[in-house]
Amino acid sequence: MKIPVLKQGEYLIASIQEAATDADLQLLLNELVRRVGEHRSKGVIVDVTVLDVMDSFAARLLRDIANTVRLRGAETVIVGIQPDAAFTMVRLGMTLDDVATALDLEEGVAYLDRTLKRKRGS
Amino acid sequence: MSGESRIPISRDPDVVLARQQGRALALSLGFSESDPMFVATAISEIARNIVVHAGGRGEIVIRRLDQNGRVGIEVEATDTGPGIANIEQAMQEGFSTVKSLGLGLPGARRLMDEFEITSRVGEGTRIVMRKWARSSASRNRTHITLG
Repeated sequence: MKIPVLKQGEYLIASIQEAATDADLQLLLNELVRRVGEHRSKGVIVDVTVLDVMDSFAARLLRDIANTVRLRGAETVIVGIQPDAAFTMVRLGMTLDDVATALDLEEGVAYLDRTLKRKRGS
Repeated sequence: MSGESRIPISRDPDVVLARQQGRALALSLGFSESDPMFVATAISEIARNIVVHAGGRGEIVIRRLDQNGRVGIEVEATDTGPGIANIEQAMQEGFSTVKSLGLGLPGARRLMDEFEITSRVGEGTRIVMRKWARSSASRNRTHITLG
C-alpha cells in the first residue's frame, strides 16, 4: 500500500502506516526525493507513530530519507517514535545518526520552522 | 489465536503478516512492556532474510510454548535457500552481504531469549528462537551448528 504524502505549505508530511512493507518504504524514499523538487519543499516530516516495528530496514530507510532529502536542499524530521520502538532500537544498537527527531507532528513542524528561520536569518 | 500458525514467506507482505501474527500471539499470552514489539521485530528480521537471501523459499511457524509453568513463544524459520557458509560471520553485528545495517540475525538474537541457527550450504537454513513471558530476558543462549 502506497504511503500517503501530503503537501502542507513548504513541508511534505508522510504518514507511514502500521503494516508498511520494505517496498512501501523504498517507494516513499523515491517519492519524497522527487516531490521535494516538484514542490520546492523546504522540509519533510516522516510520521512513524503507527508503524508496528522499527527494524533494521526501517531504520536504514529513515536515515536514507534524511540524507537524500538533505542533498536535495531540504530538512527532514522523524516524528512519533513510540516508547516500544525506541526501546527496540536501543536494544538493537540502531541509531538514526544525526537525523532530527521530534515527539509528534506538532513538535516536528516547530522544529522545521526553527531550523528554516535560522537558515534564512544567517 | 490457535496454538500454531504457519506462514509461507516469499514476498514483502508475508514479512508483515508474520510479524503481525507474532505480535498478536505475544499480546494474547500476556507478554508485557516492549516484549511484543521485540518478538515482532525479531520475526521481521528473520523473515526478511528469507525473502532477500533465500529467494523467498521458506516459511515461519509461530507457536505457543508451555513449559514448567512458563508461557512463551517459539518461532521456527526454515528455508531452502543457498544456506550460510560462515554462520559466525553472519551472526556478527555490522556484517552484511547486501546493503543493510548488518543487524538482521544478530539483532533477532538480541531481542529474543533463545536463538539457535543451523545451516547447510546448498540445502538451507533453520532458525529456532524463543521468548518467554515475564522476566527471563537476561538469559541469552546461542547454539551454532555448522553443516
